[in-house]
Amino acid sequence: MEEQIKAMRAKIEAAAAAITDSKEMYQLRKQYLDNKAGQISALMKNMRDLAPEDRPAFGKIVNELKTWALDFFTAQDSRLKAAELAKKNAAEQIDVTMPAKPHKQGALHPNTLIANELIDIFAGMGFTIFEGPEIENDYYNFTALNTPKDHPARDMQDTFYVSPELLLRTQTSAGQIRVMEKNQPPIKILSPGKVFRSDDDATHSPMFSQMEGLVVDKGITLCDLQGMLDVFAQNVFGEQVKTRLRPSYFPFTEPSVEVDVSCFACGGKGCRLCKDTGWIEVLGAGMVNRKVLENCGVDPDVYTGFAFGMGIERIAMLKYGIPNIKMLFESDVRVLSQFNE
Amino acid sequence: MIVPLSWLKEYVDIDITPQELETRLFDCGFEVETLTQLGADISGVVVGLVTECEPIPETHLHVCKVDCGAHGTFQICCGADNVQVGGKYPAALVGAQVYETERDHVTVTGTMKIKKGKLKGFESQGMLCSGVEIGLNDDLCAGADYCGLLVLPEDAPVGADIKEVTGLDDWMYDISITANRPDCMSVLGIAREVAAALGKPLKMPAVDYTQDASGLEGFKVTVEAPELCPRYQAHYVKNVRIGQSPQWMRRRLALVGIRSISNIVDITNYVLKEIGQPMHAFDLRQLEDRQIIVRRAKQDETIVTLDEKEFKLNPNNLVICDGKKPVALAGIMGGLNSEIKDDTADVVFESAKFMRDNVRKTGRALGQHSDSSQRFEKGVDEYATQLGLKRALHLIEELNCGTVTSAAFCEAVSADPTATRPLTVSIAKINALLGITIPEAEIKRILTNLDFAPQISGDSLSVQIPPYREDIENAPDIAEELIRMYGYDHITPTFLAAASVTNGGRNAVQSSTLKLKRTLAAQGLYEAIHYSFYSQKDLDLLRIPQDAPQRQAIRILNPISEELSIMRTMLAPSMLNAVIRNVRRGNDAGGLFEIAKTYHSAEAHPTTEPEEREALSIGLFDGGKLDFFEGKAVIEAIADAFRLEFTYAKPQDAAKYPFLHPGMSAVVSLGGQEIGWLGMLAHDLTDAEVPEHQVFLAELDLTVLRPYLNKPVAFAALPKFPVEQRDIALLVSKEVICADLEACMKRACKSLSKVQLFDVYEGKQIEQGKQSLAFSLWFRSDDHALTDNEVDQFVAKILKNLAKEFEASQR
Repeated sequence: MEEQIKAMRAKIEAAAAAITDSKEMYQLRKQYLDNKAGQISALMKNMRDLAPEDRPAFGKIVNELKTWALDFFTAQDSRLKAAELAKKNAAEQIDVTMPAKPHKQGALHPNTLIANELIDIFAGMGFTIFEGPEIENDYYNFTALNTPKDHPARDMQDTFYVSPELLLRTQTSAGQIRVMEKNQPPIKILSPGKVFRSDDDATHSPMFSQMEGLVVDKGITLCDLQGMLDVFAQNVFGEQVKTRLRPSYFPFTEPSVEVDVSCFACGGKGCRLCKDTGWIEVLGAGMVNRKVLENCGVDPDVYTGFAFGMGIERIAMLKYGIPNIKMLFESDVRVLSQFNE
Repeated sequence: MIVPLSWLKEYVDIDITPQELETRLFDCGFEVETLTQLGADISGVVVGLVTECEPIPETHLHVCKVDCGAHGTFQICCGADNVQVGGKYPAALVGAQVYETERDHVTVTGTMKIKKGKLKGFESQGMLCSGVEIGLNDDLCAGADYCGLLVLPEDAPVGADIKEVTGLDDWMYDISITANRPDCMSVLGIAREVAAALGKPLKMPAVDYTQDASGLEGFKVTVEAPELCPRYQAHYVKNVRIGQSPQWMRRRLALVGIRSISNIVDITNYVLKEIGQPMHAFDLRQLEDRQIIVRRAKQDETIVTLDEKEFKLNPNNLVICDGKKPVALAGIMGGLNSEIKDDTADVVFESAKFMRDNVRKTGRALGQHSDSSQRFEKGVDEYATQLGLKRALHLIEELNCGTVTSAAFCEAVSADPTATRPLTVSIAKINALLGITIPEAEIKRILTNLDFAPQISGDSLSVQIPPYREDIENAPDIAEELIRMYGYDHITPTFLAAASVTNGGRNAVQSSTLKLKRTLAAQGLYEAIHYSFYSQKDLDLLRIPQDAPQRQAIRILNPISEELSIMRTMLAPSMLNAVIRNVRRGNDAGGLFEIAKTYHSAEAHPTTEPEEREALSIGLFDGGKLDFFEGKAVIEAIADAFRLEFTYAKPQDAAKYPFLHPGMSAVVSLGGQEIGWLGMLAHDLTDAEVPEHQVFLAELDLTVLRPYLNKPVAFAALPKFPVEQRDIALLVSKEVICADLEACMKRACKSLSKVQLFDVYEGKQIEQGKQSLAFSLWFRSDDHALTDNEVDQFVAKILKNLAKEFEASQR
């Protein structure tokens, strides 16, 4: 009997030695160790034919064989699988320096990036966003903004008309009126959008974008305007930036100011960007004109407010160093792909 | 507006440097665009006294010894014919910079540096200059136009800087005047501001004159259109002697860019620049019927203006007429028929206020402009109208070129143009608007300097608004006057100290637009912005039929050019142009999207607000491979991002999309509603515009899509029972489309939770005209675990229905 067991062990070892594939090895394992059809399992069945006194000894040696076979096949399996893995890995060597398979990220337009930045800054201060029509009534664009038909300030802007009554809005300020007509203070709105002026040269585009801000409430002062613009300027251009107000004129604000920021390129010492003045003009602003408030049914003796308006392209060009406004409308992917912020 | 410092100094004592004055002007609201010295290009030129002068034989040259005072004495060769011993001339020393002229000695070609030279063997250490060479002309400096040396006055100090001697050290301020301050469109107007800013008195120009007793019998002035001419003043001046103006007047006119013509014309121009009042002078001889009528032109009436241009007029144009005919285009230009001539002896001076809007409109309509009309367009005040006339009459007397008579005519709506307007405001309100407290003494000082005659009583501030300050109407105007003079640096930033707290942020529409943009950027697309206007040619590019609705566009009445003349009805033409531009610039591949408005109206020139719709345009291009499904994936990414289910179908009317490949184009729908189209650019268009490239275009109507973009998230419980998957391969005709098969399968079995095409095969292995489509099918029930048997039955039912509807067989 022991001879028989020994022979089986030798047979297993011989068969295993010839096998190089883990799957074949598994088949061999099954051949011997399968619960039903395995040859070792079959040996156990032979026990019935033995005399009862011989059975324990027989059982012991068959069990020893089984234990041995289990360990043997586990070891064989590990060996073969390790070899197979090594072989597979060796076959799959790649040149990691080859180019990646790209999934390109696109980008938002610089105007959108700036508008988003501004919206986020002012939304935090309690501003909501209003977007008015681009083809606007003469009334909303001019007359209600204290710029009647014969007003010389109309000359400040060359206007595209589509009919005597309707025009392509020249300023997002038109939105001020639409908001104030429908809402009583407190009002804090931001009005971004496209505006149009009949100007087309190296530094002007017939279409560009503005961002208008309006605050109307009790006790709003010019000091509040500058305070808010300081926050804006520091967020957009950097912590150290200061603002400067200087007198100007817009029909819909009184007093009106131009707002300069200290040059963020040179820190105010004077450079090419600021034309050696240390200051860069970024926007126009002022206290909302009494007449404008009256035109919208807001009592100017109770409420005061301020408004400010800036060119988004101008901010984008300053912030990113874009040399030419036309680049923003040409959709050259070499330009647009740089704004993957 | 150009203001010379020397002229300004006539009215104000300016004891600060030109640069300091620039800052003061800037601080109170007058930006100096440029500040330049008149002789900025000239340096190193001094007064030279010729002490010896010997002709160089056989030439026109002289070799001179020139005494330049402290600079030394130099030997200078000179070719001018007027050089002589004892003469004083501008001497450019070695290293000096002067103007270079052509051989005519008149035309300036640039600047040059003076170097040591040798002429005919004689060393020359400098150059004696003509007037032109140092930037002068006869108007700026007597004798400067002479084509030889500029002869300097005998008392000119030898060795002194030529700029001081000839006035080249004057400073020119180019000041930008805001539209609310037309009263500052003159030297006097700026002087008023400078006086106020510096706290110095303003010295008014002399306006006195004596009147001859003679009148103008029977002469009449009538204003028939006072709405366009609220004040018309005329004054008769006799015994006019036309001649040259004095040097001081010619110089000032020259400094502000006006050429001297004759004393009478120069006086009108001088008053325009000094007082800001345009004037006109008529030759009395030419005025028929001894009268002036200010009226609207008759339809098709004509006038020939001084510059000999003829204009056909209409009642929108204001004209000055005599008893028979128009003699001037009001505020714009005089008529040729009443022009001042050399022998003019009797002149009627006109000083009037013409309404700015009318002058502007007439000027634009006729394309005729002048210094006068430019001034009227900004707005003239009646104070200046009266002052200007007085000043002109004073100058007649001062220049001794005529006799001022008693014949004065004045037609005016308001009686006294010098009257001030009272205004009382609350100091507290002014301070509340500004957010600071301006000390009472400062308020008083500032407003006194501005000639507002302030009176303070408690909180009440009363002022008398000067007649030329038509811009001042209410408290905020006074606040602005105060803060611009007090200084904006007194404003101390506060952060909405008193304002209510409000809830800010984007609304749902704005948020979804941003999400849409980010979704598309994540697909590798770049956001583009294109002009809102294009032309019919851009629609031609896409071969949009003439009768298509996209052709019905809103037209701009005054476009910059035909290329930018109609408002966009669709975005695709701009997108295709952008793709073409990229390819032509050598950008081989890329993806773009634009979100913008399109504009729709039944009329080309709508009078009520047109419909503005929002659209999304997509353009992909590639010099390598790009197929329809890569483009469709972008559209599907939108559906995915917003949890929507788009359906696609071949366009029913391919003629609607003549720019797309007829076999590779689709319309996309959501919930049964068409939202847009997509497809590959037609082959011939591709070949013509972007050869060797593949282009995908799509456009969605965001106005239709919008309501679906804010679908709230609704959580669906995970399935309780397992999903069973089966694959089937179908053999069907090539005509059969995937979407129909899928729909049929879903109809056939309610437990089919998902179906997806995973393989397409056409070729040798199968019958011609057929295709093999392989689908994965997922089955699931909400109330029990499906058994194999059940699923087998589902598949059988599906196959049966497919066979019936599409003659599909299993492969």
